[in-house]
Amino acid sequence: MLEPLFFNLFGGLAILAATLVVVSRNPMHSVMWLIFCFFNSAGLFFLLGAEFIGIITILVYVGAVMVLFVFVIILLDVNIARMRAGFVKSLPIGGLMALMLFIEMAAAGVSGVFSSATMGQAVQFGQEVNNTAEIGKELYTRYLLGFELAAVILLAALVGAVVLTLRSRKDANYQDIAAQVAVKKRDRLRKVRM
Amino acid sequence: MVPLSSYLIVGAALFSIGVVGLYLNRKNVITILMCIELILLAVNINFVAFSHFLNDLGGQVFVFFVLTIAASEVAVGLAILTAFYRLRRSIDVQDINSLQG
Repeated sequence: MLEPLFFNLFGGLAILAATLVVVSRNPMHSVMWLIFCFFNSAGLFFLLGAEFIGIITILVYVGAVMVLFVFVIILLDVNIARMRAGFVKSLPIGGLMALMLFIEMAAAGVSGVFSSATMGQAVQFGQEVNNTAEIGKELYTRYLLGFELAAVILLAALVGAVVLTLRSRKDANYQDIAAQVAVKKRDRLRKVRM
Repeated sequence: MVPLSSYLIVGAALFSIGVVGLYLNRKNVITILMCIELILLAVNINFVAFSHFLNDLGGQVFVFFVLTIAASEVAVGLAILTAFYRLRRSIDVQDINSLQG
């Protein structure tokens, strides 16, 4: 079976890439490692039979979110040296924190509560079951309210992002259509006695 | 056959790395946002793993919602960041004190 091999490959590379996201000196390198991490976790999703989620992860995260990050890093002139101050000093405490958190969560994972004996066996569906179609059925029936709320949240984020970054330039010649429509005859026409 | 606990360990590792990244890079807003993405990714891995092993598609639907929230959060966060940079010519967290918090 190739599944454990691919699991080790994708999982190991995802953890390695996540570590490099945190310790990279340059934010641009962090973004590139995060993209790599997302690709590997998409591989994990494919292994779990969640093709739709895997493809959505690549499309939304890599295609939209990370491109946004790249643009912002290019546009803003970031002072990296000042950002990195205190990184090495807080590394021991941070490392200890990470280790403790990981041990706690991993202990919960391997404790036997989630073993196959208590949870039943996972079913590997064949080619005839379409993951995307099944998710669509769930999404448009049981989770319809959540789906619509998600759409509203996306709209709010879209409007919010535009409102936050929009600024009108003082020197640009904009056409004020309301003023043009509301103009009266006496504003434009002037009789001059010769 | 890879057991569920292996996926949970990968998720736990990504989550801890994300949390520690928040702590180590607390001066850099862009890296903080990236670490939040890592944490949400760890949550997504747990959701999909449980969805697979419990034969319930609800987990994958919730990943969809988490993705929506993550995308909107990044869009608004980066918009605030650019607006702040235009104001102060800096995105250092130490300079973000106009609300006197």
